[in-house]
Formats: sequence, structure tokens, C-alpha cells
Amino acid sequence: MSRTRNQKEYERTFAFHFFRWLGGEKDMFVGNMEMKPQKEPTETAESLEERMRDRQQIFAEVYDETGNKELRLFEKAYKILSIVFCFILVVLLIVTVSHLPAVGNAANPDNNTVSETYITDGLKDTGAVNIVTGMILSYRAFDTFGETNVLFIATCCVMIMLMVDEEKIKFDADSNDREYEPKNDVILQKAASILVPVVFLFGIYVILNGHLSPGGGFSGGAMIGAGMILYVAAFGFEKTERFFNEKVYTVVKVTALICYGCIVTYYFLTGANGLECLIPLGTPGKILSGGITLPINIFVGSEVACTMYAFYALFRRGGL
Amino acid sequence: MTIFNMILLGFLVVCAISVSFSKNLLNSILIYMSYSLVMAIIWILLESPDLAITEAAVGAGVTSVLFFVTLKKIRAMQEDAEEERDHEQDKKPEGV
Repeated sequence: MSRTRNQKEYERTFAFHFFRWLGGEKDMFVGNMEMKPQKEPTETAESLEERMRDRQQIFAEVYDETGNKELRLFEKAYKILSIVFCFILVVLLIVTVSHLPAVGNAANPDNNTVSETYITDGLKDTGAVNIVTGMILSYRAFDTFGETNVLFIATCCVMIMLMVDEEKIKFDADSNDREYEPKNDVILQKAASILVPVVFLFGIYVILNGHLSPGGGFSGGAMIGAGMILYVAAFGFEKTERFFNEKVYTVVKVTALICYGCIVTYYFLTGANGLECLIPLGTPGKILSGGITLPINIFVGSEVACTMYAFYALFRRGGL
Repeated sequence: MTIFNMILLGFLVVCAISVSFSKNLLNSILIYMSYSLVMAIIWILLESPDLAITEAAVGAGVTSVLFFVTLKKIRAMQEDAEEERDHEQDKKPEGV
């Protein structure tokens, strides 16, 4: 472990305890906390009878519409309150809309200098022919970084809620939810083998041409994710595990997010301090142009593709 | 073009109302899917192909697939299939 200190001295340090805890070698609750395995509740005939009697009593007294005054009151109040709530919501929205400025007014926010600046200076500043992508990924790159983080956090939450152990996945991989559908459906497989390469190619095209033509990282990534979902639906998880498993997912996702963060930080730091940005803008219209737009498109695309596939895989079987 | 637009917008309204009034969950997902597809066409007519691509891929594709998987997980689709099977079994003796 440690080269400068001997083993006994190292075992007393904080780092040793921390890394032992991090690596999961020692569970800190074992030995320090009272732990008892839970017993299954035993059910006798008497307790069963009592439980049933209680249940019937609850149904008879609580949900009795004629006898229970509170229930009747609640149902009436529920109806009235829901109508009142809807009415208030409608009134609020209508009042808000009536306070908006009129369409075509010269002083409206959509007629001010911001959009004009984007249109006139967009190509010069960002080097992207597609003004929308240039705007989203250069002027407002920080917003998009937040959105990419939202995707990352969303997958993390789905993983926390739906992920199950590796052994359990292998145990009921086939038996679980493909039970009611034909396995290895020939029509689906033929259609998928024709469609999936086209979908992938179009997705990659949309990502790489994000600064030239409509589209960009998000749309292209969603397309690649949809293609992967189609592939999984046709050929099963064993085939995809060969090129896309949990390890690849983690590496791709974290790398994309970190690289995106670094590029945006560098771009903003140089821009804010008036320094020269080392990323060349290139000649507009070529593939290798657009400054930071192209690399960010690629990172956002891989992030979104991973997210889409991870959602499907986690929903379907609780693992990647 | 305006007539075509009107038809599409009317279809959107009909879809949005029928999604909430449909009793069968599978039907409402299919209606939602068609809503997204029509929305993608409207985005193209509004000259924003970026959004059209995203709407078609996410709205009509991935979201509906996730809904289908969820329905399957909560066994809402299998119950329908079983009901249909029961109906068929009920019908068979009459037909014979």
C-alpha cells in the first residue's frame, strides 16, 4: 500500500480507513451494530381470521357511503374543490396572457437587438453556418451544459431506482418479459438489420454536420439511441453487451461530460479575459470548422445516445 | 398551405382530447405517438427542422417505447391480451 510508511503505521491513518471503506473491503456496520435477520411472520388460523375480520370491518365502516358522513363530505368537497381549482387555473392563465404585449409591437422582446446580433454576428463569432446550433453551443453553452448535466442526473436517478444485481439479471434475463412475445422474430430482425445501419449513419451525419445543417448533438444522439433500442428489441441484450456494457457506458458518459466542461470553461475564460482562443474557427461551410461547436456536438451526442439506451435497458431489465 | 395547417392543428386538438378520454392505456400511447408525428410535420411547416428531427426521434420514438416498456412492466398490456383471449373463448362455442 504505502511505500514511505510501514504497514502498521499506515493502518492508523485516515487514508487507509477511507480507501478501505471506499473499496468495500470492510462494512463498518458489521460488528458495530446489532444485526438480526428478519423472521417471516407466521400465520395461524386465528390471526388470519382476525385479520379478515378487521379488513371487513374497515370496508364496512370506512367506505360505507350511506353511513359515513365524513366520506360523503370528502367526496363532495373533492368535486367542488377540483372544479374551483381548475377555474382558478384557467383564470390565472387567461389573465397572464392578456397582460402579454400585443403581437407585432415594435417594443416586444422578440424585436430587440439580441436576435439581430445573433443573425448578423453569429457566423463571424462562432464559425457555424447553422445559426441555431452556433447560438445554443457558443453563446449559451453554459445553458446546454446544464441540460447535459440534467440528462446525467436523470440517468443516475433511474439507475438508483431500477438497477438490480448482475446475477439476478442473468437469472431471469430470458424468462422475465420476453415470455409473451416471440423470440428471434424473423421479420423484426430482417427489418432491423436493414434499418439500424441507416439510422446510425444518419445520426452520425446529423451530429457531425450539426454546425452546417439542421440538427445537432441532441437530435443526432436521440437518433443513435433510438437505433440502439431497435437493435436491442430485435436481437436481445446478449448481442449489445459485446460492444456496449456498463463499463463502456460509464467511460463514454463521464468522458463526454468532463470534456464538455473543460472546453466550455476554456472558451469562457479566454473570451471573458479578452485572450485569443486557440480553437480555430476554420472556413465556414467545411466539416472541420465552427470552433467549439463540432467537438461539443459530438460530446452532447454521445451523452444523449447513452442516456436513451440506458433508459430503455434499465426500464426493460434493470441493468445495462 | 393554411388549410393543410388548419387540418394538422385540428388533428392535434382531437388527439390531445382523445388521449385523456381513452380508457385503454395502450390506445392513449398510440394516439400520443401520432400526436408527436403530426407535431413534427408542423415544426417543418414552421421552418424549424431542428425541432422536427428531435420531436420525431424523442417524442414519437423513444418516449413511446419507454411508455410501452413501462406498461409491460406493470402488466397492463398482458391483462388486455388475457381479456381478449377470454372473449375469444367465450365466442367460440357460439360460432360452433
